[in-house]
Amino acid sequence: MSGASHAFAGTTAIAGIGATEFSKESGRSELHLAVESVDLALRDAGIEPSEVDGLVTYSSDTNPEIDIARSLGMGELTFFSRIHYGGGAGCGTIQQAALAVQAGVADVVVCYRAFNERSGNRFGAGVQGRAPIANAETAHFAWYAPQGLLTPAQWVAMAAQRYMHVTGATSEDLGRVAVADRKHAATNPKAWFYEKPITLEEHQASRWIVEPLHLLDCCQETDGGQAIVVTSLERARDLNKAPAIIQAAAQGAGPNQEMMTTYYNDDLTGLGEMSSVARQLWETSGLTPADIQTAVIYDHFTPYVLTQLEELGFCGKGEAKDFVKDGNIELGGGLPINTHGGQLGEAYLHGMNGIAEGVRQVRGESVNQVDDVEHVLVTSGTGVPTSGLILGVDR
Amino acid sequence: MSEAATLDEQLEAFVGQSSGPATKGRYPVNAPMIHHWVEAMGDHNPVYEDDEAARAAGFPSIIAPPTMLQAWVMRGLRTSAHAEAARERGEAAATTANDQVMSLLDQAGYTSVVATNCDQHYERPLVPGDELEVTSIIDSVSGEKKTGLGIGRFLTNRLEFRDQQGDVVATMLFRILKFKPGTGASRPAPEPEAAPRPLRPRPALTQDNSFFFEGAKQGKLLIQRCTACGALRHPPRPACASCRSFEWDTVESSGKGTIFSFVVNHYPQVPAFDYPLVVALIELEEGTRLIANVGGITPETVEIGMAVEARFEDFDPELSLPVFYPATA
Repeated sequence: MSGASHAFAGTTAIAGIGATEFSKESGRSELHLAVESVDLALRDAGIEPSEVDGLVTYSSDTNPEIDIARSLGMGELTFFSRIHYGGGAGCGTIQQAALAVQAGVADVVVCYRAFNERSGNRFGAGVQGRAPIANAETAHFAWYAPQGLLTPAQWVAMAAQRYMHVTGATSEDLGRVAVADRKHAATNPKAWFYEKPITLEEHQASRWIVEPLHLLDCCQETDGGQAIVVTSLERARDLNKAPAIIQAAAQGAGPNQEMMTTYYNDDLTGLGEMSSVARQLWETSGLTPADIQTAVIYDHFTPYVLTQLEELGFCGKGEAKDFVKDGNIELGGGLPINTHGGQLGEAYLHGMNGIAEGVRQVRGESVNQVDDVEHVLVTSGTGVPTSGLILGVDR
Repeated sequence: MSEAATLDEQLEAFVGQSSGPATKGRYPVNAPMIHHWVEAMGDHNPVYEDDEAARAAGFPSIIAPPTMLQAWVMRGLRTSAHAEAARERGEAAATTANDQVMSLLDQAGYTSVVATNCDQHYERPLVPGDELEVTSIIDSVSGEKKTGLGIGRFLTNRLEFRDQQGDVVATMLFRILKFKPGTGASRPAPEPEAAPRPLRPRPALTQDNSFFFEGAKQGKLLIQRCTACGALRHPPRPACASCRSFEWDTVESSGKGTIFSFVVNHYPQVPAFDYPLVVALIELEEGTRLIANVGGITPETVEIGMAVEARFEDFDPELSLPVFYPATA
């Protein structure tokens, strides 16, 4: 973990991306969405299903690798792996794929995530209905659910309140993240909130979900699927699209990490998991925050966008409230983030759609293209063990 | 003369009178309405739908299901609504004999009503093209009866259905019971009891954490303690992260602490809780933190740093938890 140099970094690449439409009611099965997105990603790359020998998804995904393989005629699989901890898994799936490819365990690995998170099982409903079969994972909720702390928004809000108290960040500072996301979504035809930007006043006027979070601090709920094709850089150079080089990919869990409720460290203003990921990303890529032209910062809830910007070193601790001002995180600003609209604006695909936007920025294909992109940083869900990624242009 | 006798006489005077004006059917008997009826009732006797089958059965054409009788002379929703509106404007139509009987019964305390039975007698089948008109007379009003529903009187109307030639095609006796509410053997349905409040979500109990919830039932706020190095820890774990000992016991907290952070929950609203719901991260004076509800204070006045102390609340026989209130001293 120290002096990190990851052998896959710089030798593996993302060669294809594919997604379904993003909706509130897909009208088809989660497996259908998964297969459809994998099929589209392979077409984007120009790789036949028969060439795929590895599949990676989230442990929370309901679509078995073998069902994907059977549906598309993939034949033999030599690598399959799943990443735990909800939305923290995203960039971790890419790391798994890159590790497998670099190690020679697989040649082409497709990462995917698909669900009917709006029309089916809604995460925001919380854990109230969960049967308390006693094990370490369910016993965790004993400290929160009987007390009424039941949903991701509530778990995040507890840390956000403390962060705001200590740093002086205000609800309006959180709102600037929502405004930036929705501004970018407004010009992205694939985004659910296409042509629907919001103002800071609208953010402030939106109802409380859990103080200090307004409705517009919370990501949407989405039905859809997203897939990403990973292979060697060498192979990627011979395919349809310009490779997005995996310059770095890392997972991280912090000290005393809990699933959404890491409330027991001295300081409740940081994200230990992202601190770990950030250190690895910079060490293994040899890059610094100044080398990043645009970033996709996981935005399930706005407060953790501020915290991540600090943990990643784009600004100092407690300074994100100033960093996000004056359009600095909007297109044309110092660090445009979530140019697809993020999960508040485009879709909540557990962060996989953000990785796809990173690829588009590297290819120069984004609807909100940032000038002269060399490197894009992408993060996954925080408050949980997480992951991150730096993608680069092939020169 | 007793009052009841007076009422009997008054009611008796109406028997044989026309109950109200004649009502003409809105439409002649027709195949589309027959089709709707048989579909709704699921009665697909071919004589209602198939001319050939009807002729084979000896009818001139399809016939209307006999029990559609009343359907042909119903006023329709719009007419009923107009009548209702007229009544609300105080433009009551001429009071019919039936209205007067009903009014007499109401005044005598028979204010509840239930339709009890209906007998129909058919003179001939109805066929498409028949145009019906119905007239009605008050057939009888019974003396006071004791029924299961209550003390009441039966009011029977006799209806005659005539066709375009003026011939009677069917008759019907329609009986209602007007009764005094609350006088029956069967008690009025009890008020539906408010559904019991759903319980708070259950904690999943393991060998690692159940001591806390057992302690809470006895009004004790217990903290896990490493018996090797004395380190306190919450939430509990099997081993001490400081010294790797698996040995532990518990100490009882003073219950005094401060609010380290808090939230005010608005949505979603789970029936087990009252909203807005304040949930706080409490830092105990012993140094560990735990999540708990805050009581005795409005959401607007909760602050980080506020001194609080624990009281225990039994939410149900299986679940007791500390709830923190503003410190008294």
